[in-house]
Amino acid sequence: MLDRDEDILKAAEDWQKAGHGVALATVVETWGSAPRPAGSSLVINDEGTFLGSVSGGCVEGAVVTEAMDVIESGKPKMLEFGVADETAWNVGLSCGGTIRVFVEKVG
Amino acid sequence: MKLEILHELNAERAARRPVILVTDTESGEQRLVKARDFAGDPLRAELDKQLRMGKSANVEAGGKKLFLNVYAPTAKLVIIGAVHISQALAPLARSLGYDVTVVDPRTAFASPERFPDIPLVAEWPDTALPPLNVDAYTAFVAVTHDPKIDDPALLHAFERNCFYIGALGSRKTHAKRGDRLRAQGANESDIARIHAPIGLAIGAVSPSEIAVAIMAEITAVLRLPPKEKEEAA
Repeated sequence: MLDRDEDILKAAEDWQKAGHGVALATVVETWGSAPRPAGSSLVINDEGTFLGSVSGGCVEGAVVTEAMDVIESGKPKMLEFGVADETAWNVGLSCGGTIRVFVEKVG
Repeated sequence: MKLEILHELNAERAARRPVILVTDTESGEQRLVKARDFAGDPLRAELDKQLRMGKSANVEAGGKKLFLNVYAPTAKLVIIGAVHISQALAPLARSLGYDVTVVDPRTAFASPERFPDIPLVAEWPDTALPPLNVDAYTAFVAVTHDPKIDDPALLHAFERNCFYIGALGSRKTHAKRGDRLRAQGANESDIARIHAPIGLAIGAVSPSEIAVAIMAEITAVLRLPPKEKEEAA
């Protein structure tokens, strides 16, 4: 109740109504020190424009790429990011935590 | 997420009504549960707990992995009285995430110099309060020590079902306040809702310490389950 949320869910609805493909990515689980708590979300449209954050900047690029697939296929995906990933140098969390992110299509 | 669910979620959020979105993280299936429907829901214990904590979480139920995403309104704090305590209380409450408004018809008190960056309403409560949309996600604190200002404000807080109502004053002062409020139509359960003397008993002396005591009490009321809440008070 105490979090100030930029109104990204309103943006998701507006984008969808304007005819965009839209995906919503939500942090559903965190281990260790993760920059954003469960429930934080990122909304992405088919032009690659996004609002909000799931990690404060560490993995947003990868999430946006996956979101494009989800918009196309319509099938939800669960993503996991952590320093143990082989792609850690590219998209790992420098803080040492692990997060799972649920990506779903809107509409 | 289906557009109908997103639309309903946004409508509930705009109306400052708490909801929890339940997502089956394997199938992607979702449903939106409004707080007023919790009692009849199979997940009611989990829903109640997560809403109270303001925290999203994963649960397993009926062999399904579910993610409960909590959407609760930003809490507000309305402070009646632009007094010394309020100068400490307003920034402290803001740092805890509350939307803070200070109301005091006395313009010498309600001045921007004394409250930089804090929304101030220099009007009597009857005029100031209705537009503030005081609700069940509002903590309400009356600290002017002046019955002409505090009393009508408290009556408004009763009516709007604020989750916390506190008023400054000793037990003796509070007993007199109770008599006055009763005479104006308040009932016993309204009066019993006022936390007075205000704040947790931590021996607070300075305005800043009193502000800490008040915010500690508000936090306890907000976060603790009902039984532990009674023990803390």
